[in-house]
Order: sequence, then structure tokens, then C-alpha cells
Amino acid sequence: MKIRLDHVVKTFNTFRAVRDVSLEIESGELVALLGPSGSGKTTILRMVAGLEFADGGHIYFGDQDATDIPVRDRGVGFVFQHYALFPHMTVQENIAFGMKVSKVKREKAAIAARVVELLRLVRLEGLGDRFPAQISGGQRQRVALARALAVDPKVLLLDEPFGALDAAVRRDLRRWLREIHDELGITTLFVTHDQEEALDLADRVVILNEGQIVQQGTPEQVCRDPKSAFVTRFLGDANRLSAEVRGGVAYADGAAIAAEGVANGAAEIYARPGDLDWSAAGPGISASVTRVLDRPGGRRVIAVTAAGEHVEFDVEPELAVRAGDQGFVTLRRAQVFTAS
Amino acid sequence: MSNASSARKPPRVGDQPLFRRLLIGIVLVVGALLILAPLIVIGVEAFSEGWRVYASTLADPDTRHAIFLTVVTALIAVPINTVFGIAAAWAITKFDFPGRRFLLVVIEIPFSISPIVAGVAYLFVYGLQGFFGPLLEVYDIKILFALPGIILASMFVTAPFVARELIPLMQAQGRDLEESATSLGASGWRTFFSVTLPNIKWALLYGVVLCNARVMGEFGAVSVVSGNIRGQTNTLPLHIELLYHDYQAAGAFASASILAVIAVFTIIAKVALERQGAGRVRRPALSTPAVPAVEPKP
Repeated sequence: MKIRLDHVVKTFNTFRAVRDVSLEIESGELVALLGPSGSGKTTILRMVAGLEFADGGHIYFGDQDATDIPVRDRGVGFVFQHYALFPHMTVQENIAFGMKVSKVKREKAAIAARVVELLRLVRLEGLGDRFPAQISGGQRQRVALARALAVDPKVLLLDEPFGALDAAVRRDLRRWLREIHDELGITTLFVTHDQEEALDLADRVVILNEGQIVQQGTPEQVCRDPKSAFVTRFLGDANRLSAEVRGGVAYADGAAIAAEGVANGAAEIYARPGDLDWSAAGPGISASVTRVLDRPGGRRVIAVTAAGEHVEFDVEPELAVRAGDQGFVTLRRAQVFTAS
Repeated sequence: MSNASSARKPPRVGDQPLFRRLLIGIVLVVGALLILAPLIVIGVEAFSEGWRVYASTLADPDTRHAIFLTVVTALIAVPINTVFGIAAAWAITKFDFPGRRFLLVVIEIPFSISPIVAGVAYLFVYGLQGFFGPLLEVYDIKILFALPGIILASMFVTAPFVARELIPLMQAQGRDLEESATSLGASGWRTFFSVTLPNIKWALLYGVVLCNARVMGEFGAVSVVSGNIRGQTNTLPLHIELLYHDYQAAGAFASASILAVIAVFTIIAKVALERQGAGRVRRPALSTPAVPAVEPKP
């Protein structure tokens, strides 16, 4: 089912949570809404679900205007951040709940068969008789997903689905959710503030800030070609260097990099830690090392430039570098934006 | 050797032996004098003239009527206050409306006000010279010095019990469970009966038990509005007072023993319900975060 948001607006008291958002989600697509807290991503998700109603604009499911359809009749599967499992029901009863209360009457045997099928899908065979308090957080989240899928929703909506889980469980569930999506082909929209999660999981990432979409595209598009300093910073660690643009080239203290299409004047260069090189001899931006952080895959060097700006970059594990060393930083790759 | 070395260790904060013994001693003595002794006296005095007098006092028509009236009052006042308590807790915890905090305070008023004030206030509202007095007289509706007045006064005094138990629990549970039930296609009633109610049932029962104990034992407010007509508007607590003033000590204590037995059963029920998790600060519910939400990376 294709979803379309058309100039949607939502205000809470005086707080403008969502400002004129238009968005299309193709049938069968897996889309991430990514943004910092307060960016309106959860509000958008809840409006698609029918748990909040838009103050302005329309939401279409296929060709149908779903803006004012109540959540009960909207046919969405919603997975809550903190699972919202019914604590007094077993895993089986939780999964069967939607089928039991549905306006579409189902045979008892049919419900039981579907529960078994869903338990297998979420790999929880044998745990059907447990109560939510007796299973782990990751298992609870899978029960919540099975429960949402049980009513054959047109759209699957997940609110920070892995937010409350620890890192290892998260990575597993991420891969597993992708597999389930590929198997069922259900249109899925999920909210996260974790850029890695969005980039790993989604076909398309929609980045939000202060209630507006600031950029959207495939993970490759948003990573390779961020359109603003905000997106660059939000997607991962980035070093910021002051620069000046003259005639399509950004000049920093000891470095110059192409900046096509950027207006002349003050600018900011953003470069990822992996895009900086370190050498003992020039040319480059003169800097002195303040700290070296050792990690299993390499060394992260923190240095301060002659202009007093902090930079972080990764070097080979074998490279001998110590706090206090003087050297030069060169830019291999960077983005340039007009200074804000 | 280890004993000697541990004896030299200074005691933990607040764990001085003398202080500890003194404090425990004071609490035990005061508790015995203040609470236990009177209860024992009730038991002893009730049977002081033997089983026969005890049984015959309770068989007295006026006493039986007082018991009957007390039970009827409880049967009407407790369910109404239960429904009111659920409604109030629901309104306060699940909706956001102007006057929400004010309602929270209003519900608490009966706890902080002397019951006799409530009784007198009802006199002014429903009495003959009162606000609705003339109107009630025209239609020949008797509220004061009759069952409706007793029930109203009892309800006033016990209005907060159920709501107070439910509000913190329902606040902790939030709206997630109801929202998820509705998104799965459940109707409002279905959501309430299969999702909301099962999750508040122990706290609800706890509130009901306390509410019932208070309704049956209420004296002050009821004594103002009931008129104390023997065999007609005398509830059990009022009847006890009457018997006592009539120098029927054994009868008074026999009737009092009934209230004491109710109290004991209430306490047993209360302890049993507390074991189920009602009536204390709740463990975090399943729907609240077990882990603090992860801050977004800048």
C-alpha cells in the first residue's frame, strides 16, 4: 500500500511539531524517519497510524484519503518503543488479541494456526505460554511485531523499535527485521534517532529537523551527498574547519578543496575522520596531537590545529604517533557549506 | 579474635545499640497501649456477660436493623464510589484538560476535612432551611434523616479511596496499552474490559476494600444527617454510641466487636492484595522504559 503525506501540519499547544511535511512511501518500501529528538518524526508516524490527527494537510493510503480514519479502522500495525505488550496475557494471547477483537470473525482453529505461524516467523516457537515479564527485551519486541502482523496490516509502523535494547541485540534484530520485510513485502515506516540503524535497514532515509524534511534519499545518496551541514553532522562524526570560498575553491589555513556552487565568503569544511591524512612533513594544516585513542581496528588521533580547531582522524594501527607530536593534516575528501 | 575485632568497629549510622533498643521499645509500648489494648478490651467486654448476652444483643431488632442499614449503605455507596473512582482516575491520567490539577485536589478534600463538616454542609444543602429544602419538600423527597442522606454522607467521606489507588498506577502505565489495543482493532469497551481493567484490578480491589471499611465505620458525617432514629436511621457505629449512652456496655461492645471483625478481615484482604502488588509504589510497568532512552548523537 502506497502512503502519501500531503502538506501535513501538527501543532501541540504552541509547539509546531510538524511543519508542512510532504512525503511519498512506495508500496513495499522500507523507509526510515531519522532525526534528533523533537524533530517531529514520532509525531509523523503517529499521524500515519491515526494515533494523532493532523491540523492541516492530508494522508493518503493508496488513493483513499485516510486523514480522518480512526486508528481502529485504519488497518495499520503499530509497534511501540516499549513494546506495550499486555502484561496479563501470554505471548500467544497477545498475538491472538487483534484477531479476536477484529470485526472480521475468525474461527478459533484459524486463529490458533495463525499464532503458531507467527511464532515461527518471529522465531519464538515454544515461548507461546510465557508472560511478557518472563522473556527478554528482544523477545518482547519480536512478540510486539508478531502481534502487529497478526491482523494483516496494510502498513507496518515502528516507533524506535530497537531503542530500548542493548547494542548486540539491536544489530541482530535489525538484520532480522530486514529479512522479515523482504519476505512479507509489507510497506514499512520506522522512526529512529540512530543514524546507523536507519542506514543499515532502510531502502530510503528521510532526515528531519525541527518538524521539516531536510533531505531524503537512499542511504548512499544521503551519505555521499549531504545537502546541508546539519545532515553531514547528524549522519556521523565530522570535523568542522573554518574556511573561505573564492571562485569555487574553499581555502582553509594550509588546505584548499574544490567547492563548486558555494557562494564566495565565509564557509565551513566538513570532513569525516576517515577522510583526513596525517603526515609529519607538510604541506597541510599544521596541527599538534593532544590525545591518541587506541581501538581494535585502528588509532583515532585527536589534534588541535594552529587556528585552534579540534580535529579527529583515524590512522593505521602501526603508525607511531604520540600526544605532543607536531605534523600536518591533509583533506582527502570533504563537503563545503556556506557558514551558518 | 574476629569477634574482638568486629566489636571495635564503629556501628553503622543510626545503629547505636542503645538508640535501637530505646526506639523499638517506645514503639512497642505505645503501639500496645494505643492500638492493641482497646481492641482486646472490646473482645473481653463483649463477652463479659457470657455468650448468651452477646448473642441476644446481636439478636435485638434494633441492632439487627443497624447492621442491615450499614450493609445496605455499603452496597450502594461502594459501587458508586468505585465507578466514580475509575472515572476520575481515567480522566486525570489519560486526558489533558483545563482544571485537571484542580480535580486532583478536589478528590483529596474528603481526606483532609473533618467528616462532621461534610455532615453539616449536607444539612445546609438538603435540610428544610437548606438550599434544596423547599424544592425537596414540595416533591416529598426525604434525603436527610433517611437512607439517601446516610449514603450521600458516606460517599462524600469515601470518595477518594478508589481514585487515589488508581491514579499513580494508571499514570505509570500511560496510554500505550490502550493505544495498541485500539490499533489492533479493539473497541473502547473491549479495550477497557480486556486491557485496562485486568491491569488495574488489584489496585482497584485494594481501594474498594478500604472504601468499604470506611463506609461501614463512618460515624461523624452520618451522625449529623441520619437523625439517629433507632430502628430506622441508625447505622452500626451510631447504634454503638446509643447503646453506650444507655449504659448497655455489653451491648455496645458486642456491636463494636462486629466492626472490629470487619476491620480484621479488611486487614487480611489488604495484606493479600498488597502481595499482588497493589497499594504501594509500583515496580516500573512493562510499558515504561526499562532502560533510559538513548540520547540522540549530535
